[in-house]
Amino acid sequence: MRREPPQRPADYGPLLFPAGMLTLFFVVPFATMIAVSFFQREQGGFYTPAFVFDNYARFLSLFFGRVLAFSLFLAVAVAVACVVIGVPFTYLLSRSKRNIQIVWLVALLSILSLSEVMIGFAWSTLFSRTAGLTNLFVWLGLMEQAQALTPSFGAVMTAMTYQALPYTVLVLYPALVRLDPTLTEAARTLGASPIRAFFTVVVPALRNTILATLIMVFIFALGCYLLPQLLGRPQHWTLSVLITDQAIYQSNMPFAAAMAVFLVLVSLALVGLALYTGRQKEAK
Amino acid sequence: MIALRRLFLTAVGLFLALPLIVVAGVSVNQRQSLAFPPQGFSLSWYGQIFTNPEWRNALIASLTLAAFSALLALAIALPLAWFLWRRIAPWANIFQLLGIAPFTLPPVITALGLLTFWATTGFYGQSWTAVISHGIFFVTLPLVTLSLGFSAIDRSLVEAAATMGADDKTVFRTVVLPLILPYLVSGYAFAFVLSLNEYIVAYMTVGFTMETLPIKIFNALRYGYTPTMASVTVLFLGVAAIVFGLVARFGDLPKLLGAMSEDR
Repeated sequence: MRREPPQRPADYGPLLFPAGMLTLFFVVPFATMIAVSFFQREQGGFYTPAFVFDNYARFLSLFFGRVLAFSLFLAVAVAVACVVIGVPFTYLLSRSKRNIQIVWLVALLSILSLSEVMIGFAWSTLFSRTAGLTNLFVWLGLMEQAQALTPSFGAVMTAMTYQALPYTVLVLYPALVRLDPTLTEAARTLGASPIRAFFTVVVPALRNTILATLIMVFIFALGCYLLPQLLGRPQHWTLSVLITDQAIYQSNMPFAAAMAVFLVLVSLALVGLALYTGRQKEAK
Repeated sequence: MIALRRLFLTAVGLFLALPLIVVAGVSVNQRQSLAFPPQGFSLSWYGQIFTNPEWRNALIASLTLAAFSALLALAIALPLAWFLWRRIAPWANIFQLLGIAPFTLPPVITALGLLTFWATTGFYGQSWTAVISHGIFFVTLPLVTLSLGFSAIDRSLVEAAATMGADDKTVFRTVVLPLILPYLVSGYAFAFVLSLNEYIVAYMTVGFTMETLPIKIFNALRYGYTPTMASVTVLFLGVAAIVFGLVARFGDLPKLLGAMSEDR
């Protein structure tokens, strides 16, 4: 059956339900959120329709600036860590046997789908005093006494890298699987060591993919909201945590909405950038 | 070189497995203590999930939510993917973009959008709102797998059916449906597993009236530790591994993942 433009109104039939659902439950809520971000906040968690910029004006505070700077810094750090581990890992994965690849992929998908609550719980256990990693160090004689490693920046960073790594691998996987194996073979034949071939041939060939992946992981990390709460101190809170906190506990919906709108703009700009860098490789 | 490669893969594997090993360990502690290596061995914390009414209700809530919302996601994605494949209508691509957006943006955005929406319309807290919210949030997964499934169909097959007089409905039922069935199933499986584990959207829409398992764990964490959290985590990990294992067994997982990101 050839693809053809819709001729009769009935041809649009299949589109009716999806378009209706997506409009009603995604576009409308989105618009509601944007509208609320301009509303006037009243005492006691209520808000009245208005058109004020007060909620956006609060961005200019030092507190907000600090949270924003920390969120961006944390997301960059996680993205870099994930790509540094993920690129060589995915490269090796894509060169291994098909059966082994499948086992890894199933494991990665399982961890990726694991609830952020559970990842937070698992790491808080591993970083705890009674059941944690430090007990192993004590047993090995590296430490005098077991101690808790949370709350700390290191704990937040480790758990977020853990959460984002499977995502990183799965984003990189298609590009690396399709990478022409003769590229490295040529380098090897010319006498390059495997590690040298990796850095001088594979990495440059994938420059744009790596850049696009960095941005995607950055956005993924920006959306992290539970791990900073579970494993960090209040100064480790990110924009996502702040939005949740304002919406649920401080009942300041207009301010939460304004921050969410801001986060959308940042993310969209970055997605655009990622798509643009991704396209670059075809243009070459 | 091979040794170095093994070492690196093992290190990454260990990093990924370590927290889960410890969680599995504490889940079999005899007493209600957070100890590793476990003291004694008991599976009673796994029993707790099913016998303790609070945990059981949360489990039932999670399973129900996941089953229905994944079905809704499929019901939205299937006609959309079919239309996009069958018709030339460039403007309809906007709906594909809308279907992918919730999953690409930080989840807190979708969650807050839906929260303001349900609060404004006065339905805030009703359990069915969570089904719709998750259905929209996870529509991306079946949409991506189905787009892939449709693009793999040989159009001459469908052409043959049409020349012999089959209308759209018959073609869809007798030719297209059997061909995309694996993609339909894997799309449902992805949405189901992710809905089971989702926290923020569920929390913001029905968090105060209904407890799904992730919400229950988070609430329980605030009051201290109970080994049931560990057993639930192991259970969920097992469910995910089985589901994705089945997808891999009956489908082409590398292909599915190779194209998944391509569409993004």
